[in-house]
Amino acid sequence: MDSNPSSAETAPGSIYVSSAVTNAAKILVVGHFAVGKTTFIGSLSEITPLRTEEKMTQASLHVDDLRGVTDKTTTTVALDFGRLTLSDDLVLYLFGTPGQQRFMQLWEDMARGALGALLLVDPARLEETFPVIDLVERYGLEYAIAVNGFDPGTVYEEAEVREALDLLPDTPVIYCDARDRQSSAHALIALVRHLLTRAA
Amino acid sequence: MTRPGEEASVTSEFVRSYVITGGRSLPAADDLALHTLVTLAPERTPPLGAGPEVMAIWQLCAGGYLSVAEVAGHVGLPVGVARLLLTDLSEQGHLLRRAEPPRAQNVDRATLEKVLNGLQSLIG
Repeated sequence: MDSNPSSAETAPGSIYVSSAVTNAAKILVVGHFAVGKTTFIGSLSEITPLRTEEKMTQASLHVDDLRGVTDKTTTTVALDFGRLTLSDDLVLYLFGTPGQQRFMQLWEDMARGALGALLLVDPARLEETFPVIDLVERYGLEYAIAVNGFDPGTVYEEAEVREALDLLPDTPVIYCDARDRQSSAHALIALVRHLLTRAA
Repeated sequence: MTRPGEEASVTSEFVRSYVITGGRSLPAADDLALHTLVTLAPERTPPLGAGPEVMAIWQLCAGGYLSVAEVAGHVGLPVGVARLLLTDLSEQGHLLRRAEPPRAQNVDRATLEKVLNGLQSLIG
């Protein structure tokens, strides 16, 4: 039950949401394996980011079936999340998970009630982003692309990223450094501005 | 604990989840969302025969509001299992719930504007 609130908005030592908070919003931080999702969430979260290991099948097996379990129910996937208090009555949760099709149940769970998704992209592994875009679109989530710059020496042209990922002209493409709080906040701001243009 | 992407075998952890849930199917996400806030209702006594996982959730939730996902993370259970136990507690009248998202996937402008203002204030 360790917690290390680093932000002034949270009472010192408390893991709990302030009692005045009546609204909780959710944004997904998605992308392929090792693209920097956990780092991104960690740089913004006011609580120590939490992780749970999800089992990707229902626990509805009969005991007799346990022998065969290695084939059908063995996948686990990490769900990482963090929290940000944005005003007296509003908290924002950031949820991150890998974008593989076999984790559909988790995606359904994450997508429900989400404002939108920030899709982290490694410019050197653009092709690994396709399945993630498919998933985000399948769940009807609006999204922005955040190119996580690992190597300052590698500069990718925005046009190149757009073309490679076949993006709509108004889909934002932002460069960010997931290790940096300000930079990560800017990426979320670009996403939310885009969501506002799409909201009725 | 299995690392992400690793294959798990029939581990004690798997059996543990099975025992905690009594072998029941996990509830669908449309009951308790990951970011629904929950806390213990005042002046409740724990259900008779509550197991160690239910008691851990009980003690955690007695302290204030946390999201369903945070409860799972703090007590070290998969979200599906934690949600099942929280759903039980909720049905027994032990939980207060807040900030439940609407079922429809429509994003409201007022919330987006509040989120935007909040994020902008973070970076000064």
